Amino acid sequence: MEAIYAFCVGILTTCGFFLVLRGRTFTVVIGLTLLSYAVNLFLFASGRLTIDGAAVLGQSTEYSDPLPQALVLTAIVIGFAMTAFLVILAMRSRADQGNDHVDGQVPTISNNSAASNSASSNKGNN
Amino acid sequence: MQHLPIFPILIPMLAAVFMLLPPLSNSINRHRVFAIAVMILLIISSALLLLTSHEQGTQMYILGGWQPPFGIALIADRLSTMMVLLTSVLALGALLYACAGDDNEGMYFHPLFMFQIMGINGAFLTGDIFNLFVFFEVLLIASYALLIHGGGKQKTKANVHYVILNLVASSVFLFALGILYGTIGSLNIADMASKVRLLGDQEQALVKSGGLLLLVVFGLKAAMLPLNFWLPKTYAVASAPVAALFAIMTKVGVYSILRIHTVIFGEDAGALAGIAIPWLWPLAILTLIIGAIGVLASPSLRLTVANLVLVSVGTLIIAIAMQREAATAAALYYMMHTTLVTGALFLIADLISKQRGKAEDRYVVARQMTHSKIIGITFFIAALTVVGLPPFSGFLGKVLILQSAQGLTESAWVWSVVLLAGVASLIAISRAGTTLFWRHSNGSNDSDPIHPLKIIAVVLLLSASPLLVIFGGPVTDFTNLAASQLHDTTQSVDALLIGGNK
Repeated sequence: MEAIYAFCVGILTTCGFFLVLRGRTFTVVIGLTLLSYAVNLFLFASGRLTIDGAAVLGQSTEYSDPLPQALVLTAIVIGFAMTAFLVILAMRSRADQGNDHVDGQVPTISNNSAASNSASSNKGNN
Repeated sequence: MQHLPIFPILIPMLAAVFMLLPPLSNSINRHRVFAIAVMILLIISSALLLLTSHEQGTQMYILGGWQPPFGIALIADRLSTMMVLLTSVLALGALLYACAGDDNEGMYFHPLFMFQIMGINGAFLTGDIFNLFVFFEVLLIASYALLIHGGGKQKTKANVHYVILNLVASSVFLFALGILYGTIGSLNIADMASKVRLLGDQEQALVKSGGLLLLVVFGLKAAMLPLNFWLPKTYAVASAPVAALFAIMTKVGVYSILRIHTVIFGEDAGALAGIAIPWLWPLAILTLIIGAIGVLASPSLRLTVANLVLVSVGTLIIAIAMQREAATAAALYYMMHTTLVTGALFLIADLISKQRGKAEDRYVVARQMTHSKIIGITFFIAALTVVGLPPFSGFLGKVLILQSAQGLTESAWVWSVVLLAGVASLIAISRAGTTLFWRHSNGSNDSDPIHPLKIIAVVLLLSASPLLVIFGGPVTDFTNLAASQLHDTTQSVDALLIGGNK
């Protein structure tokens, strides 16, 4: 169970970071959402994974740590609010700048468009 | 008073909520009067809190009555109360300036301003690392909205970068918290400090990565070198009172580095003692160098001031990296001075740019300022202070930092880099002054008179500089005590766990 769990968190984090480094705001928003999912799962696991464990004393023979659950709840609420804010900001930026690039300008297209695309997205995140 | 430690969080929070309700809502004048009154109340209560914790020892406020390390606690020791008072004073200056008209460019300036102060004060006062995260988010979401206050293409662009970077940093912060909680088993800073020495070999590697991830997060907030590229543009496009308030935001990062890496990963942390120090040294020195280059290369006064923020951050982190009581005390003195003077400089830059027509604050020939005398005097004093020339506080702060480096192997680096950065700032600021004040065309002057509140705000923030020198003795005594309290684990750790309900 731990291995699968760790694998999922790792995949989510990798995809999240990859998408955050892209050049357009939409992919960045998706990337941040994936990152916050990964973080929530990771925080949840910091109290160790137990099956059928109760978080309240006197309910079962096995117990799970209730604190990470409270932390995850806080993190979900904050992450949700921040994502909502970023979506609105991205739309505002699209309206103000006339394009949806994080840098506010469409990168100049060269022969190797993939290279210029990744270069522009790196600039946007520095 | 028993409930004093929570006032710096409660007062701005309630004030912000009241401002959204009738009869205060929908009237900018009522907002202004109420906000200034609240800010004065906040300064009084922070000063009282500082006096109480100075005279009666660290005040601990246990929310909900759950004893530490299980419940949430606020810790008001000398360091955190000093930072809270500093925030309130800076905020009063920024607020007075905003009340002269900048707060009317968009909606809800005053409530957002209050929420931001609540977040900053909370981050300084909390004794629990997860609440540090929560208060970071409170101050960040308020700052996102304040940064874009007034609107405009430049602000939107800078804000997108700022928000995305900080959201990534928040995720990294949570990863670090998860690692630390999973290994140490506590989130109370004092409790973590007492448990970190007892870790096994395998867990040490995990805790080390967690601690260094925290350094990345705080480094981003403090704008430490590889994570500093967002700062100049962001600060330069923000409206003046917001930029002035943001002068304390980098210090929140510096404070967190100081708190976490001195208390948790301090000398008593066993194998994990000082894990950040090998990173802090080169990064701090490079930050200082990059800041100095930025100061020289800036084409406008606002960018110059933003790069001066980087210089101050570099200087502060150098002082933290020394890991000595004297250096920490010097850093605290320098922190007070630099926060207030950069705040004042952002305000002065705005005064100047409003007077020069289309040239704004760029270093080009433009029409003469109508009120060049009063602005010139304030600029001159602020410039002397920020560069670090006597008789103002910048000089004293730098002397203290340089003195505390004596006897270290790195002292040659500290002396040369800090002094060279001072020379660079001096050149840049004097060039700025000559261009802005003396090189002007003979165009007509029809700029509006300066609102008296703006002058009051600038003078209030600048008066800190001579005051910090005149009262240099008591202030340095206080910073010395604050630093020794932070470095002394019996006071910063043990007292907060066994001492119980006080």
